[in-house]
Amino acid sequence: MEKILEVTDLHVTFATYGGTVQAVRGVDFHLNKGETLAIVGESGCGKSVTVNAIMRLIPNPPGRITNGKILFKGQDLTKLKEKKMRSIRGVDISMIFQDPMTALNPTLTIGNQLMEGLKQHHDVTDKEAKRRALEMLDLVGIPNPEERLKQYPHQFSGGMRQRIVIAIALICEPELLIADEPTTALDVTIQAQILELFERIQEVTGVSIILITHDLGVVAKIADRVAVMYAGKIIETGMKREIFYRPQHPYTKGLLESVPRLDTKGKLQPIEGTPPDLFSPPTGCPFTARCPFAMEVCDKVYPESTAMSDSHTVNCWLQDERAKKVLATMATN
Amino acid sequence: MLKYILKKLLIMLFTLWIIITLTFVLMVSVPGSPFNSESSSNEIVQQNLEKHYNLDKPMHIQYLLYLKSVVTFDFGPSIKQPNQTVNDLLGRGFPISAELGIVTIIVALISGITLGILAALRHNRIIDYAAMAIAVLGISIPNFILATLLIQQLSVNWGIFPVATWKSWSHMVLPVLALATGPMAIIARLTRSTMLEVLTQDYIKMARAKGLAPWKIIVKHALRNALMPVVTIMGTLFVGIMTGSFVIEQIFAIPGMGKYFVESINHRDFPVIMGTTVFYSSFLIIMLFLVDIAYGILDPRIKVNNKEGD
Repeated sequence: MEKILEVTDLHVTFATYGGTVQAVRGVDFHLNKGETLAIVGESGCGKSVTVNAIMRLIPNPPGRITNGKILFKGQDLTKLKEKKMRSIRGVDISMIFQDPMTALNPTLTIGNQLMEGLKQHHDVTDKEAKRRALEMLDLVGIPNPEERLKQYPHQFSGGMRQRIVIAIALICEPELLIADEPTTALDVTIQAQILELFERIQEVTGVSIILITHDLGVVAKIADRVAVMYAGKIIETGMKREIFYRPQHPYTKGLLESVPRLDTKGKLQPIEGTPPDLFSPPTGCPFTARCPFAMEVCDKVYPESTAMSDSHTVNCWLQDERAKKVLATMATN
Repeated sequence: MLKYILKKLLIMLFTLWIIITLTFVLMVSVPGSPFNSESSSNEIVQQNLEKHYNLDKPMHIQYLLYLKSVVTFDFGPSIKQPNQTVNDLLGRGFPISAELGIVTIIVALISGITLGILAALRHNRIIDYAAMAIAVLGISIPNFILATLLIQQLSVNWGIFPVATWKSWSHMVLPVLALATGPMAIIARLTRSTMLEVLTQDYIKMARAKGLAPWKIIVKHALRNALMPVVTIMGTLFVGIMTGSFVIEQIFAIPGMGKYFVESINHRDFPVIMGTTVFYSSFLIIMLFLVDIAYGILDPRIKVNNKEGD
């Protein structure tokens, strides 16, 4: 399958008064054309920073991409001049933000905000731009688009606003859509509608999607592949089925166990402890301190990635032959 | 919207009435009469003069007469300026004061907003520190001190601009500078702080994600939202500039309203006091009203609330 995006060894740091935060510490992943990749992880694990780095929207200073490559259709986005990057933003790669209540400018009409991206990048007449805008509103399911175009954001509900944000992101027909927690700020019934909208959009436009979320329900609904992030690193990645049914990393297992289920009784199993301090991240596996299977080696050396299948890889010492022997003997005793 | 304007108009009239009444009460309670300084006049002449200007009538009749003069906008002749009506004085003085005021507010707005934006865009860098240093100086130095300093340096020592009076554009520079610095500083600080806040908003990030050019993001998305508080204080600033110009007009010997206003109080020239006060008050009230309307135009959320009548 054709890779549309390939990120290798991405490092992002933020200089703060307290020191340098290593927010993203060597992230590798790729995205195939037309698929949906979900990046999951708890707050502060670096998932938002990773996608903002792809858009080159990390405020500099304090943020900086210190290392790594972001290959989008063969060209390295980290090396591009800002001006060239601007011609990619909104046109080839679009982004959807978490909170639709604040993502729209309260003083400009919806039509204005929809069409400005199109007018910026393409030489279109007002009439043509309006026709496109109406088309987009229709695609994202907003009734009376003609009338709605002249209205302001405060005249829309949260779900409607998120539809508009999606329409804005799609108006230049991007090949890659990055959605940063697109349903987190919405209530549950609206969440389902928006997720269905994502599926429909992908069917209609064939756009590739990176979806950031901490909600495994969202992942289960629309992702093809999943990357699990922890403390600035991707620790496990695989097809949705592989992650949900054969999770290998203790952190992934912990995440899945901390989701409330209808079919089992008893208390929810949270992951004990807190993520490590990213001012001085551990040299070994960052999950060691919270891991029920932690071994001496975990704290000292970061595990290499182990391939479980063509699509499924995990970075964990438990996959090492020697650890398997120990576990086997423990089990027999 | 019409209902809103009507309601506002009624409130404006009520405010004006309170101002008129207060001015009248203050005027009659201050000791002294317009004819005190006339040493040559004897008792009978004084009484005749007072009769001529209705000053011998009981208070409530005088009050009603004043109200009548306000409603008809005819304040009669000045007591002190021979052969001139109050309306003559207003007609001559106001255009000059208005010119000074309007040029000042335009200069203050343009320089203040520019300085504020520059400071915000270069947050915590040299331009920011320099702009804010200028702003602090501008706020701290009273305009009459600044005026004398400007005259001393730019006119007396260097001879670039004329010292005083009001004839050409070059005469305008010093009084406008002296008057505009304070408001400029206030506008600069306000623009900077709201701009810094607006620049962190999600819709700015969204505009960047659309690939818009930086200047377009600043002008179209950030500035309009950042200027909201500036519009709010515009009314108060304008009042400050207009009243501040009384002093500046005195210093630069500008024949504006301020001169007549101050003189009329010193001379107890009742019709002129009344006329200028009423004129000024209505002018400022109308300005504040216009600011209200401008606010509704800038922020669509406000207009709708009024339409729905809540």
